[in-house]
Parts: sequence; structure tokens; C-alpha cells
Amino acid sequence: MSSVGTQTVEQQHTSHEEDTGLWSWITTVDHKRIAIMYFVTATFFFFVAGAKALAIRVQLMFPEQELITPEVYNQFFTMHGTTMIFLVAMPMAVAFFNYVVPLQIGARDVAFPRLNALSYWVFLFGGLYLNSSFIVGAAPHASWVGYATLTMPEFSPGQNTNFWLIGLSILGIASIAGGVNFITTIINMRAPGMKLMRMPLFTWMTFVTSFLLITAIPVIGVALIYLGFDRLFGTVFFQPAGGGDPVLWQHLFWIFGHPEVYILILPAFGVISDVIPTFSKKPLFGYPIVVYAGLLIGFIGWGVWSHHMFTVGLGPIADSFFVAATMIIAIPTGVKIFNWIATMWGGSLKFTTAMLFSVGLVAVFTVGGLSGIMHASAPVNLQQHDTYFVVAHFHYVIVGGAMMGLWAGLYYWFPKVRGRYLSETLGKWHFWTTMIGFNLTFFPMHFAGIFGMPRRIYTYSAELNVDIYNQLATIGAFIFALSAVIMAWNLVKSWRGGEKAPANPWGAPHLEWSIPSPPHHYNFPAIPTVQSREPLWNDGEREAILAVTMEEPETEPVMPNPSYWPILLAASITLIWALVMTGIWWVIALAILPVIYCVFKWGMEPAFPEGH
Amino acid sequence: MAQAAAAVDDHGHTTTGISNFKVGFWTFIASECLFFGTLISTYMVYKGRAVVGPYPAEIFDVLITTISTTVLLFSSLAMVLALHAVQLGKKKHAIMWLLAVIAMGGIFLGMEFNSYLKYIDYGLTLGSSTFGSSYYVLTGTHKVHVVLGMVWMAVLIWLIARNRIPPAKAEQVEIAGLYWHFVDIIWIVIFTLVYLIQ
Ligand SMILES: [Cu+2]
Repeated sequence: MSSVGTQTVEQQHTSHEEDTGLWSWITTVDHKRIAIMYFVTATFFFFVAGAKALAIRVQLMFPEQELITPEVYNQFFTMHGTTMIFLVAMPMAVAFFNYVVPLQIGARDVAFPRLNALSYWVFLFGGLYLNSSFIVGAAPHASWVGYATLTMPEFSPGQNTNFWLIGLSILGIASIAGGVNFITTIINMRAPGMKLMRMPLFTWMTFVTSFLLITAIPVIGVALIYLGFDRLFGTVFFQPAGGGDPVLWQHLFWIFGHPEVYILILPAFGVISDVIPTFSKKPLFGYPIVVYAGLLIGFIGWGVWSHHMFTVGLGPIADSFFVAATMIIAIPTGVKIFNWIATMWGGSLKFTTAMLFSVGLVAVFTVGGLSGIMHASAPVNLQQHDTYFVVAHFHYVIVGGAMMGLWAGLYYWFPKVRGRYLSETLGKWHFWTTMIGFNLTFFPMHFAGIFGMPRRIYTYSAELNVDIYNQLATIGAFIFALSAVIMAWNLVKSWRGGEKAPANPWGAPHLEWSIPSPPHHYNFPAIPTVQSREPLWNDGEREAILAVTMEEPETEPVMPNPSYWPILLAASITLIWALVMTGIWWVIALAILPVIYCVFKWGMEPAFPEGH
Repeated sequence: MAQAAAAVDDHGHTTTGISNFKVGFWTFIASECLFFGTLISTYMVYKGRAVVGPYPAEIFDVLITTISTTVLLFSSLAMVLALHAVQLGKKKHAIMWLLAVIAMGGIFLGMEFNSYLKYIDYGLTLGSSTFGSSYYVLTGTHKVHVVLGMVWMAVLIWLIARNRIPPAKAEQVEIAGLYWHFVDIIWIVIFTLVYLIQ
């Protein structure tokens, strides 16, 4: 009996290792494959949302143009923001969580591999659902913050806003499931000796971000439920006629929205906190301080939301409190910046593309941080609110911070994923076109904003005298678009023909570099023991770890079964949410049946091959 | 200082010693706390803002709700006993107690829906006022949680009847119990804030 069992298991292994067909991707529960799917999908949406940005920039290049109608313009800026945040920046960070965290902590997979696959499919279907609104000509049009009154049925009739609120609800499910998964993985699946204060910074920031996900997403979830009920079932949460208050939406949205900013930025901070020490050949300066600063940012991030609402008129006491809290949160952020600089100080620096993007982040994000402190002051904020100054600020933070950090991570970890380097020549082109294009696009917007150019309006008057800033921004946007094309070309070219990379091409200190590139599907033949923060930089420890991680096992470790229930469950979850658009109680209630069926079958399915 | 690192198997992980399933579920419950926290806060802010009646004090029948709350509380006791029976391998007892959980959940829901009908008669609907909107969405969300819990219990009964939950797998029932107790505690909070402190 047992020999037959072993044979089956071995056959499954060989088939798993070699299987690269479409079905193997659809049913995969391997965190590394899910990571690749996340990255490819997020990059696809990056181009989709980028195209909308280009259309916006062409429309705004000259005053009083009519290339795009106001209605279409509203849809474009709404979907540009919504897509970039929920379908690009967040899932691209999750791609790195998926690939890197299990390898950094010495685990074979995440805690819940099938739930991980579910997160991906829900994200994909939610993203496709959201974008399908363009096909029926009813794309969301009330901006990514979806302020109430604008989203109420009398001002937003039709399905546009329904697509938005249902799409975001679907995506929220993926985020919460992801947060639960990574918290459990990091708490419970670290290699022996990997104490919390030995974890690489990227794992630490994934941990903090996951907590923000599971706590912030429910708040916007409730807000979206209220919005859906107001639109479809006649409640009066945001309807002043019934006693409701549109400002409630603003509170709920920003209680979620500010932590969301840190959900976007902390993963990037994690990436460069791993990249900068590697290319400085020095341990991270003040490791515990960087960790605590990250925790503090995550914590204080909950108490600053009303700095988005200074123009609402909450009163001087509330305003003062939120001004102070917002200024205070700049301190741990500044501390991190000093730690990165101190890490480079006196190090033997190597400016690879990953390092360039990291240093670029420190420079550009600092500009965004400084403009942030400017409008943290309520009186200044009143001048800058809803102008292009704010547009400049948050692009410096989210593109210059989050996206540049993720691109640093792309160049850093690509050799691990593929066993080949990304081209450094194209990489440097990618970096410099990004720096030039990005700054040319967004720096002039500070001036356009100060001179009074309002955001979210499809054109502007020639009398404002902001033409030159808009023309520079439009030229910059096309250079920035070119940088994205260079990146895509580099990915395609290097995936097949990149220069071969060894297990630890950068001489980096963490566990993910102790295994072959690309890793086996089981990651670690046996789990190594860790004794320090930089295990591969300590001579005795490195040899002991490599003896374990580089060996070929006689029998391969048993890995979880592939499963098609994640994709089916994701489809049924998307279906029930999409049916909410009908507003018919019993249709929605009936659609719970396929969800329950899929959950049931999922629960019945053995997660591992027989006998394990 | 570096000593030779020894290879260990999966079970040598640095961990809490609590199973992944349970850690994950506690994390989910933390997320649910924020969810209900937001719903309850909205209710507290909004109940006093209703510009038209009926108002809470006019329609709530604390006695009836106390009875239904007590029934739900006792269902948690039945849940504890069901888990105990599963851990001891007492299949019939386990099924009996789980049926009791479902029955008490059903009585709770029945009484609550009866109250809903009464409130609608008084003119309190989803759209009548901020009180109506926030009351029905808060308590309705809780009821959806109760219904899903009952479905979960029914599946557990089916599994136990087919001998698929031996004492070694009692954790499956324990997790369902965690969920049920959580839904119960949320109701205690709602009962206190919505019905007792009007
Ligand atoms: Cu903010």
C-alpha cells in the first residue's frame, strides 16, 4: 500500500515541476506562480490606466480644448485613479509579498495556499468587472474618492457608480483574504531562529501592511455598503433630505483612505530597506529604529484622516488636532530617510538599476513628503485644496514612493524569479526616462496648482496663465510613458534572453538568496536555521545554511494539491456582487447558493496528496 | 559566533504554537471587529439625527429583545457542549448540541424578524430616517452572520454524521465555535448600545 502511495506522490511531483500548461496556471496554489500572475495583471492594468492619463494630458495641453467631452473626462480621471491604486499599486505590492515573503522567512508556501489563489482570482475578476463598465459606456465618473452627493442617484443616475462601488467591494475581499494570509504566514511559518527582530525589513513592512489591510478595508467596506443601499434600496445614509449627512462618507472614506496611503508606501519602504544595504555592503543602519518607525507610521496613520477634510468646516479644535497629528507622522518617515542615508554613508556603493530606483525613491519621495507637510497646515491647505498642487503632491508620494520602490524590487528580485538578470542597460534607460519624465510631468503641477488651476475639471481658462506648466507636464507624461514601454520591453527580452544569474547575484544577506535561481517549486529542500539578521553575510552561518538549502533532496517535499475551486469560488463571488446591480433581493439571495457550494467543495477537497 | 546551523523539518518553524487555521481565523475576527465597529458607530451617531419618527424609545420592546438575546446566549453554551462532545468522540451528543445551536439561532431570527414586522408597521423602514437606515443595516448585517453560522453548523452535522470529524479534527468545530461566539458577542454589544442605552 505505502509503496503505491509513494509512487503516486512522486509522479505528481514530476508532473508538477514540468507542468507549464494553461490549466496548471489556473489551478496553481504555488505562491511563486501566483506572484507572477499578480505582477503581469497589475502591469497590464498599469498600461490601461496610463493610457487614460495620456488622454487627460493631451486634453489639458492647451487651454479650452474640446478633444474629450467633460463626461468622458470624468470617467477617465476617475478610472485612472481607481485603477492605479486598486489594480496597480496594491496588487503589484502583493505580487512581491507573494514571491518574496515565504522565501525570506524560510517557508515552502504561504499559510493558506488556496486562499492565496482565491485572492488573485477575485482581484482579477474584480478588475475586469470594474473595467467592463467602459464596454457598456457607464464607467465610474465620481472620482476615486466617490464623494456622496455626487454619487447619489439624483446626480449619478445609471450604473456608473454601481460599477465603482461593487468593483471596490469585490477587490476588498481579495485584500482582506491576502492580509489574513500574510499575517498568519509571518506569525507562524518562520524558519527556526528567525525571531521577529531578525526578519528582513521587506517582511516586516508586509506584516505591518497586512494589519492595515485587515483593519482599513472593512471601514470602506461599510461605507460602500451604505452607498449601495442608498442607491439601490432607498436608505438615507448620505441623503440630507432624510436627515443623512454626506460628510459621513468623507469620514469613513478617509479613515480608510489615509491608512491606504501607507498600504501603498510601506511595501516600497520595505523593498528599499533591503536593496540599499545590499548595494552598500553594510547592514541597515539602526534596524530596530526602522522597524519601530514603520510600526509607528502604521499606528499614527489611523489618526490623521481629517487632514483631507479641512475645507469641510469641522471647527478649529478638530482641525488643530489633525494638523498636529499629521505633522507628527512626518517624524518617523523622516527617521527612515535618515536611516537609509546613513546606511549608504561610508558604504561601498554599487549603482545597479535596483539601487538607482531606491535612491531615486529617497530623493523624490522627500519632495512629496515636504509638500505634504505644507498642506498639513490647515490655513495653507485651504489655498491648495482641490488644486493641481495636491495632484503633484500625491503623485510624488505614490509614483515617486510606492511605484519606484516596486520597480527597485523588480530589478532586485527578477534574477531570483527567472534565473536571469534584467538588462542593466535597458534598466538604466528605464530609470532615467522615469526620473526625467516623472519630474517633468509633476513638478510643474505644483505651480499650476499654486496659481489656482483646479483639479478634476476637463479644461482651464487661458487667463489662468498656466499653459506652460501644462505643456511641460504633457511632454513629461509621454517621456514617462516611454519609460514604461522600455520596462515592458526589458521584461519580455530578459525573460527569454537575459544574462544567466547565480543563486545570489548581488551578494545579498537574506534567505531568499540561499536557494537556486529560479527556486524549486518546494523552495527549501529542508528548512535552514537562522542566527542573525544577515545570515548570508556571516561566514560560518552562510556555509551551514547553504549546505541545507542548495542540496538536492532524495525525495521531494510534499506540496499542496493544485485546485480549481479558488477560481470557481472567485467567479461565484464576483457573480453575486455583480447581481447586486439589479437591486432585486431574491436574485441576490439565490446567488449565494453557488458561493456556498464552492466553499463546501473547497472544504471537502484534501489540501495535500493522500496520506499527508 | 556563528555555529553550524542544523537542518530541521517543517515542524521546527518559529511559530506561535497555535495552528495556522486558528491564527488566520482570529485575524479575520479582528477584521470583522472593525466592520461591526464602523456599523455600530454610525448607528450611535445617526440615531439622534432622525428628523422624523418613529424614534427608538417609541418602538423598541426591551422585554422581547431580552428574551431573544437570552436564547442566542444559550446557543453559545450549546456550542461549547457540542465542541466538548466532538473532542470526546461522542457523535450523537455532538449532533444534538449542534442541532440545538441551529434551533436557537432560528428562534432568535424568528423573534427578530417578528420585531422587524412590528417596526415596519410603526413606519420605521430602510428609508424613513437615518435611525431606520442605520438600525436595519446594522442588525441586518448581524442576521446575515447568524444565517451563515447556521449553514456552517449544518455542514458540521453532516460531516460528523459521516464520521469525518474524529476527536483529532475537533479544531474544525472549535473554529466554527469561535465564529459563533463572536457573532454572539457582537449581538451583546448591539443589544447594550441599541436597546438598553437608548
Ligand atoms: Cu492622508
